[in-house]
This record gives sequence, structure tokens and C-alpha cells, in this order.
Amino acid sequence: MKKSKNNLKEPFVRIVKRDNIKVQQVILIYVLAIICGLLLSSLISVMFSQKGLDDFFKSLFTGALGSERKIWLLLQDTALLLGTSMALLPAFKMKFWNLGGNGQILVGCLAAIACMFYLGGKVDDSIIILLMLIASIAAGAIWAVIPAIFRAKFNTNESLFTLMMNYIAQGLVSLCITIWVKSGSGVLVPIPYGNIPDIGNKYLLPIILFIVITILMHIYLRSSKHGYEISVVGESINTAKYVGIKVDKVIIRTMILSGAIAGLVGFVLAGSVNHTISTASANNMGFTGIMATWLASFNPLIIILTSFFITFISKGMVEVRKTFMFTNDSISNIVVGIVYFAVIICSFFINYKLVFRKKEKEEIKK
Amino acid sequence: MTVTFLISAIAIGTVLLFGCIGETITEKAGHLNLGIPGIMCTGTVGGCLFVSLYMNSLEVVENASWIMLILSSLFGAFLFASLTGGIYAVMTITFRCNQNITGLAITIFGNGLTQFLMHSYVDKSNFSTAGKIISKCLPFAENSDGIVKVLFGHGFYVYLAIIIALITTFIFNRTKVGLNLRAIGENTATADAMGVNITLYKYVAILLGSGIAGFGGVFYIMDYVKGSWENASTIEAFGWLAIALVIFTLWKPNISIIGSYLFGALYIAAFAFGNISFTGREVLKMLPYVITIIVLIITSMMNKKENQPPAALGLSYFREDR
Repeated sequence: MKKSKNNLKEPFVRIVKRDNIKVQQVILIYVLAIICGLLLSSLISVMFSQKGLDDFFKSLFTGALGSERKIWLLLQDTALLLGTSMALLPAFKMKFWNLGGNGQILVGCLAAIACMFYLGGKVDDSIIILLMLIASIAAGAIWAVIPAIFRAKFNTNESLFTLMMNYIAQGLVSLCITIWVKSGSGVLVPIPYGNIPDIGNKYLLPIILFIVITILMHIYLRSSKHGYEISVVGESINTAKYVGIKVDKVIIRTMILSGAIAGLVGFVLAGSVNHTISTASANNMGFTGIMATWLASFNPLIIILTSFFITFISKGMVEVRKTFMFTNDSISNIVVGIVYFAVIICSFFINYKLVFRKKEKEEIKK
Repeated sequence: MTVTFLISAIAIGTVLLFGCIGETITEKAGHLNLGIPGIMCTGTVGGCLFVSLYMNSLEVVENASWIMLILSSLFGAFLFASLTGGIYAVMTITFRCNQNITGLAITIFGNGLTQFLMHSYVDKSNFSTAGKIISKCLPFAENSDGIVKVLFGHGFYVYLAIIIALITTFIFNRTKVGLNLRAIGENTATADAMGVNITLYKYVAILLGSGIAGFGGVFYIMDYVKGSWENASTIEAFGWLAIALVIFTLWKPNISIIGSYLFGALYIAAFAFGNISFTGREVLKMLPYVITIIVLIITSMMNKKENQPPAALGLSYFREDR
């Protein structure tokens, strides 16, 4: 740049790839992004109503943490999202775009509800619960392994395949509901049989279950041979082949695991949370789970934080909606979307940095 | 019976066709835009908003002119959809964010925004009148029957979709712009070395593609269901089908005309047969998704070179990378 003989202009700002970044910087970037996202969405909420900015944050916190029951619900939903993320995590580490989390949860839930519906009152509850567990894990695994087989054998696009499986799962659920509910109302009344027993309170068991799964998944991905194979396949399929890893086998095996955990989430939804099913039972966790997993850059322990954060926002937004008197619940989608945007852009600032043009005109003159 | 079935099939097909063309254009530029469902939603609300503004500016709503309604709905849909697409473009092109994640976030955001605005800020009172005017077909086809009705008995949007599909095919295959665009999608670094302005092409492709996709939603609300509004999730489902349709039609907009009508027929098959049981209807509703999967499998098994997705699909481009 010292000689401007080519008359080349240095751009005002250019992008340079970062070599390494400190952990503190990463955390700082994320915190700033979350604050920006929340501020932006609070401003939007304020714009559309007569309330003030402080009301937004006040009701965000009371909505999520306002009472003991709310805290338990927050923890329970965090646990469910955590479970879903654990289901999606091994697939994503393998760069298998499993967008079918919703469907896998739903069929797991459906299988469990079917056990409750047909066996309820005829067999002992403990046997029903055991059958539910087996059925939902199997159903989730089957739902996930079908796209995996085709991906492994024919390289079929897995993201669209799994996406379509969501809709088929929804179709199966509404089909079963029309068969089961004779009145034609389309709503299945909660089934009193096969409910998972309370330990202390009804929220505790799922929370413990999914925390245990998270720890196991952490160990599985970090310290087992399978986990190593998954990360090699994710980095480069060719490398995996040269190392002697059977890529097909890894893809199918990992998706069975992934679907099984999603089925387990369905089991908890059926046996402990809802005791019934609708097409919306998966609560879109298949997609929010992707967000939680990706935001945590595939680290199981950080996923605990991200899924807590996402659940916190969506729970808090329910209260915000009430205080701000928005008549429909879509405002929470807008806010969640904006916060996602803010956090997704973080990946740019972590991988790249902006270099501004320095004032060098004086130098040239010298 | 057959005539009404075909007409509805073409109408639903048109919704999918708009989404499919839009997604094809962005995918040709190497961007897998999973935000299309959300973008179709915001296009809907944009179009509806401008139609309601126009209708409210009139003293007698029945005098609303056809051309103004078409223009205002097109403009609104294009504006809102390409603005939403613009968020996606900035995030994935300039900030090089992961395309799948960004797309999913766009869909969540777009769905929410649409639901919110449609519910509280769009005046829907004159929509049935506006819908009747927008869906007007050529005068000779109005009272006709049979094949004439099927071919000419649609509103303007149906033909617009076909025209856009044909123009897009022409641009892709016969012009330098199309060649450059395809080069970007196949190998961005090579296109860059050729001297193509990568960023400009990508931005234009995504904004244009999103805008076109936005027409789909407003067509569905204004023309097909004549202005009634239930929720955004129907349009979101159309968006996902449109993305699947891109693969089904092998990234070729001219094939997608036929493909989308076929999908449209499958989609309404569940409602077309009046004498079917409830359970049978639920089974039929799953059909389009099952067919999509079968098509996905077949195209992947054929494994022909010209039927593959753009090679650089889903990859962010940074010039200084190796």
C-alpha cells in the first residue's frame, strides 16, 4: 500500500478470517448479540402497544420464573428440548441434516399413546409403561432409519426426506385420532392409564432422565469409538473411507440412535406431560432443537444452556403477550426469530473480523 | 366434477409453482433457502396489506379496478417477500452464516410476522370483494365448461406463474446471465475467477427468487380462497412442498409447471372425492408427501449428472479460502 502506483483503492472495510479467538471473546460476542436481539424485539413490542420497555423485560422474567410452578414447567420444557437436541446432535455432528425431529418425536408419542389406548385398564400399568417405552423408542428409530438407509445407499437428500416424514407422521396422528375418537371432535381426551409415576413431583423424572442422557451423549461422542467415527464422517466422507470406516454403517447406526432418543422424548410427552396427542404435540421442538444444537456448536454441555435460554424466551414471551395484550401468540415467534438472527450472525464475528481502512494518506504524502 | 377438480389442482399447483421457481433461482446461485415457507408467508401479508390499503382508499368498494388490485397485490407481495429474503441474503452472503439454520429462523420469523400483522393490522373486511375481482378470468371462459374452462378459466396469477417459469428457463439456458448464475451455483471460485460479480448475482438471485415466491401466498389468499384468512401454517406447508418440488423437477422451471400441477392434484385429491370416509381422507392427505419421498428416492437412484443439485449448494463463499 505504500506505493499507490496501480491506483488501487483499498476498500473501506474488508473481511479477514480469524485464526484463533479467545473463549472470553466468544462469550462476549454471544452476550452482546443476545442483548441486541432482545432490545430490538422489545422495541418492536413496545412500538405496537402502549406499554413501556421495562414492562417487556419484567414480564419476560415473571413469565418464565414468576412462580414455583412456572419454574418447574420451565425446567421440564428445557429438559424436553434438551432431549430433542440430544437426539439431533449425533446426526448433525455427522453432517446429516435431520429436519425430521418433529416427526420422530410424534411417532414415538403416537406409539406410546397407542399402548395406553389399547391396553389401558386391561393390563397392569407397569407393563403398559414398559411396552410404551419399547414401542416409542422403536417407532422413533424406525422413522429416523428410513431416510438414513436411503441416504447411505443412494445419497438421497436427507433434509427433504426427513422433512416430508414430519408431515406423514402428522398424517398418521390425525388418522389415528379419527379412528380413536368416535365423537368426531378430533380431540383425544387424556388417558388415565400408563402414566409415568411421580417421584416427588411430576416434573422431576423427565428432567433427571434427559440430564443423564446428556451426560451419556457427552461421553459417547467424546470418548467412544462410535463418537470418533461420527466426527470423521462429519468432517469428510472421503477421509472416513480412507481410514476404513464403513460410512453407510455409521450413518444408519447413528440415525437409529438419534431416532430412538427422539422417540424417548415422545414417550415422556405421552406418559408424563400430555397423556394425549395432537398433530402439534411435538411443539416444533424438532426445529428449535436444531437451533439449540447449532448455537451450542454441537457441544452437549453448552446445549443445556442454549435450550434453557430458548425455553426461557418462549415461556417469558407468553407473559409478555398477556401484559402487552397481543391477541395472538405469533409475537413470540417474531421475537424468537429476531433473537435467532442476532445469535446466528455471531458465527460470522467469531470466524471473521472486519478490518477498516486505515488513514494512510498522510503516510503516502511523506 | 372433473373440471372443478382440475381447476383446483391448477390453482394449488400455481401456489407451489411460484414457490418452486423462487427457490430454483436461489438454489442456482448456490443458496439452499429453507426460509421460502416464511418468505411466502410474508409475501402473503404484504400483498394483502396493499390490497386492503387500496380497497380502503375507495369510496365504493365494488368499483375497484382489476388492474389496480393485481398491481397492488403483486407489488406488496414482492416488496415484503424480497425484504424477508433480504434478511436471508445479508446473513448468508455478507455474513456467511449457515444457510440451513438461517432459513429455519427466517421461516419461524416470517410465520410469526405474518400471523401477527394479518391478525391485527390488515383490514380484511373487503377481501371477499377484492378476491372476486382479482380472480376474474377472460370473459368468454366465465360461463364455459369442459376443456375451455380448465385452460382459460383462471385468474391472471395462474398465467403469470407460467410466464415467469418460461422466462426463467430461457434465462437459465439461453443467456449469459443464466450461464454466470449457474456457474456460481456449480463452482463459486471458478465463477469468481471468470470475473463474475458473485455478490451482486447472489443478492439479485435471492431477492428476485424471494419476491417471486411471495406471489404464491397472495395468490392463494386472494384468488383461490377468495380472501378468507385462517392461519399462516397452510402457506408454510405449501412452502415446504415447493422446496421438495424443486428437487422433483430437477431444478428446471419448465418441468416445474407440470410438476406443480401434479402436486396440486395430489394435494386436493383428499378433498375432491365427496363419498370417501374420514379415515380414507386422512390417508389421502399423506399422499403428496409420500409421492415426494418416492420421487426423491428415484431421482437420487438415477444419479444422472444433469439431474444433480448445483454442486456448491449450501456452501458459503469466502474468496480468501483455499
